[in-house]
Amino acid sequence: MNTPLTIKETQDGLKQKKFSAVELVDAYLAQIKKYNKEYNIFLTVTEDLAYAKAKELDKIGKFDEPLSGVTIAYKDIFLTKDIRTTAGSKILESYVPVYSATSVKKIENAGAIPIGKLNCDAFAHGSSGENSDFGATLNPWDKDYIPGGSSSGSGAVLSANMSLISTGTDTCGSIRLPANYNYLVSLKPTYGAVSRYGVIAMASSLDTVGPLARTIEDVETIFNVIKGEDGFDGTVVNKKGDESKKSKFKIGIPREFFIEGLDSEIEKNIQEVINVYKKENVEFVDVSLPSTKYGISVYYIIQPAEVSSNLGRFDGIRYGNDRDFLGEEAKRRIMLGSYVLSAGFYDSYYDKAMRVRSKIISEVDQVFMKDEVDALIAPVAPTPPFKLGEKINDPLSMYLTDVYAATANLCGIPSLALPSGFTKNNLPLGFQLMGPRFSEHQLFELGKLYHKEIDYKPKTAF
Amino acid sequence: MKYTTIIGLEVHIEPNTKSKMFCGCPQNHFGAKPNSQTCPICLGLPGALPIANKEAINKVIKLGLALGSTISAKSKFYRKHYFYPDLAKSFQTSQKDNPLCVGGSLLGKAINHIHLEEDAGKLIHQNNISLVDFNRCGCALIELVTAPVFHSTSEVLAFTKELQLIARYLDISGADMEKGTMRLEANISLLLLGSEPVTGSEPVMLPDYKVELKNINSFRFLEKAIEAEIKRQELELSQGRKIKQETRGYDENTKLTFSQRSKEDSQDYRYFPEPDIPPIEIQESRIQELESSLPELPQQKREGFEKQYNLSKEYIEILVSDLTRANYFEKACKLNKNYKLIADLMINKKLDEKYLEPAGLVKKIIELTKTDFIPASDVEQGIREVLSENPDVITSYKNGKGQVIGFLIGQVQKKLSGKGDPKLISAKLLEALHG
Amino acid sequence: MTKLTKKEVLHVAKLSNLTLTDAEIKKFTPQLSKIVGFVGQLSEVDTNSVEPTNQTTGLTNVFREDKVISENILTQGQALSGTDNTYNGLFKVPAVLENRT
Repeated sequence: MNTPLTIKETQDGLKQKKFSAVELVDAYLAQIKKYNKEYNIFLTVTEDLAYAKAKELDKIGKFDEPLSGVTIAYKDIFLTKDIRTTAGSKILESYVPVYSATSVKKIENAGAIPIGKLNCDAFAHGSSGENSDFGATLNPWDKDYIPGGSSSGSGAVLSANMSLISTGTDTCGSIRLPANYNYLVSLKPTYGAVSRYGVIAMASSLDTVGPLARTIEDVETIFNVIKGEDGFDGTVVNKKGDESKKSKFKIGIPREFFIEGLDSEIEKNIQEVINVYKKENVEFVDVSLPSTKYGISVYYIIQPAEVSSNLGRFDGIRYGNDRDFLGEEAKRRIMLGSYVLSAGFYDSYYDKAMRVRSKIISEVDQVFMKDEVDALIAPVAPTPPFKLGEKINDPLSMYLTDVYAATANLCGIPSLALPSGFTKNNLPLGFQLMGPRFSEHQLFELGKLYHKEIDYKPKTAF
Repeated sequence: MKYTTIIGLEVHIEPNTKSKMFCGCPQNHFGAKPNSQTCPICLGLPGALPIANKEAINKVIKLGLALGSTISAKSKFYRKHYFYPDLAKSFQTSQKDNPLCVGGSLLGKAINHIHLEEDAGKLIHQNNISLVDFNRCGCALIELVTAPVFHSTSEVLAFTKELQLIARYLDISGADMEKGTMRLEANISLLLLGSEPVTGSEPVMLPDYKVELKNINSFRFLEKAIEAEIKRQELELSQGRKIKQETRGYDENTKLTFSQRSKEDSQDYRYFPEPDIPPIEIQESRIQELESSLPELPQQKREGFEKQYNLSKEYIEILVSDLTRANYFEKACKLNKNYKLIADLMINKKLDEKYLEPAGLVKKIIELTKTDFIPASDVEQGIREVLSENPDVITSYKNGKGQVIGFLIGQVQKKLSGKGDPKLISAKLLEALHG
Repeated sequence: MTKLTKKEVLHVAKLSNLTLTDAEIKKFTPQLSKIVGFVGQLSEVDTNSVEPTNQTTGLTNVFREDKVISENILTQGQALSGTDNTYNGLFKVPAVLENRT
């Protein structure tokens, strides 16, 4: 069967009995069996669980929950009770959690069918997926290329049509990058909109949990399911942003984001996006965020510092293997983090980074407040997908992939990444829209405006 | 050579909250089956996050207010990193800059600060392995740090006993050393007399080392352990040796302290503000609210007992040092004014153990004292007053209503606070009526 | 250019509870030097008048009521389920030394 590509198509089909939930699971599993070995997307396939849930749904036959009959695959950094969760690291190779993440519970309470756990850079450390201790994931659009990381499996699983939706985590682009490199829509929510409870922490002040799907509507549906307080993440609040229907949008173009080093195809593509928006009466203004050029440096101090702290618990005593099983990138980041926090260096690195972070935040706030822009438009990454192995021996050049992603995480603001075309080599292209805290609704509206205008259609690689 | 002892204290108190510091597991772990009181948060499982216990914060603020500390308007938690098998997360969520309470003093000894943190699990050492129980891991823990201002063991003892008493009066903790809900660490060093700066403009010079004496778990050991360590240091110094900066424990069998951990490789805790817990802001109104909820403290009680009941210092100390007994005593004194006798019976005869309610003790007192009547002249005076206040009752009597005699006896006894001999009152009353 | 010495790398490894192989030390030393050198560019930013940001929510006073949450408590079996190194309901670890001298 041709599997449906959106939640609506899926639920309509189920309701009209064009196919059953079990048949959907059959189709996804067939696809997994066909391609997973080569593309290395799933670390664990929960076939039995998927069939059990599908049968239950078929028996009830109602499909009226927001995610009824929707097949979901989780980045393997989301704890799933009684199902192995590795974080892509050999240190947790056989770890079976005793509890599930809040977002997992919410998704399953909303009727979703869990089909498996997805490969990722170990502990979400990476931009390419190559840091997984279980081997790199290949990009279904072209297997010589990386699928983007760290939620590498979460991107590839959808372009390979092995699931309808997936989850990821975004500490510095880890949702947006794989979405961008797989022709998908994704949301890095406001920090504090979605509970992180039960999602293995990378950098606590930057980590966010979000959805990947093929349309803005689907991303919005999943976001509405997973957001909100759970009593276990003290940084989460139930907050409604501005949900008014705007007659006119204003988008800021940060001067500092369109400079030398940005791939010309990406730059040209975003110019086309801007032209589409202009036709729709959206106003564009040039804005300046001078301190964002320090974003990567700030990020590569704060993030490893928090990583060094969060990965300390993996000591092999209560669960998992001993610390020798940590991969090279995890060790590198732990070392870096311990260094910037250690006596004599704290003030010049960690404290300094927290202060420059404040500067970046105040500049971004200023643009939203004073220039009254609804969103900022930016590339997701400086280049389209790069080749496997291209940057693996130069960590710093790999880190620079995160240059456009850092701003949203450092500021805690939401960012919607959406597809906008293909390169001449047929690799996906996209862009991101960042808005003020809790402005997800307006970002969805803006995204829909663009997709409607270009008559966007979801696409899979095979 | 003569030395001055310099001691600073770190006192840990486990507050009597219902739940742990950052999760909903029980705070009380005494006697629980090992590893039966943990959850993803305190066991340091992947993905777990902390949320601070409001009541634990209130209890620290109460202690701070009782000790005259300044309550920080803004405070936050920090992560303090070190690796030890009993520390599940590899960091202790603790405080550093802007702890909840700053300054204050007790018995004239300056307090540096009081902060809130979480406890570690318990290690049990066997021959060639160690075993870990995480029931205590994540329990709320108050840490009070004094300035290095103690110069003798007796000062330390007086301070810790008074602190224990205050914690109990505030109902923030049982502060029981044997149960481990109060634990003590003493930083001890010796300063050669005469080596202090002569002018008072500079802060008092401190020795260039300190020895941390850990795991003191009873008042009895406290005295012995500190004395033993002072002696050891005196001996070392008098023989011209330098004293190593280290952590030491006390062995009650040898009556000596022993080295536990060298501090030469000084700890680097890599503190940073805990990103998972938003900062704390304490409004002035909140502080006032907590301040007005403070009960009477031991010192106030001592003063009150002295003024109101005129007891000896020894008696006051015995009663005040046990809040239950102090309350018992006060309740009994409301029922009977024979304060000294009440105290006597409680302290020497332990009658408060026999009579669980003060009323029972008072009944006993009345029995004991009933032969001890006031002089006849006082009785006569009482009768005169009662009769002059009740002319109409006298009239009734003279009109043949003999039963009013009972009423008049009662009135006289009331005036005499029950201390008149009933037989004497009756005889004297009839005598007066029949003039 | 910042240059980490082997001694510093070993010190940081110790702080991090990591045992590095010689090959790792050889590999990490120049890599860490390069990254630390790069992020050191922050020294050029004037941050005198700004406060540090360690979290972005703007929230304060997020507390729990003091209640036991029974449904979240793990059984002893669940608590110990992640390892085989247990003994009588306790986690077993290599002896933590208390050198008695």
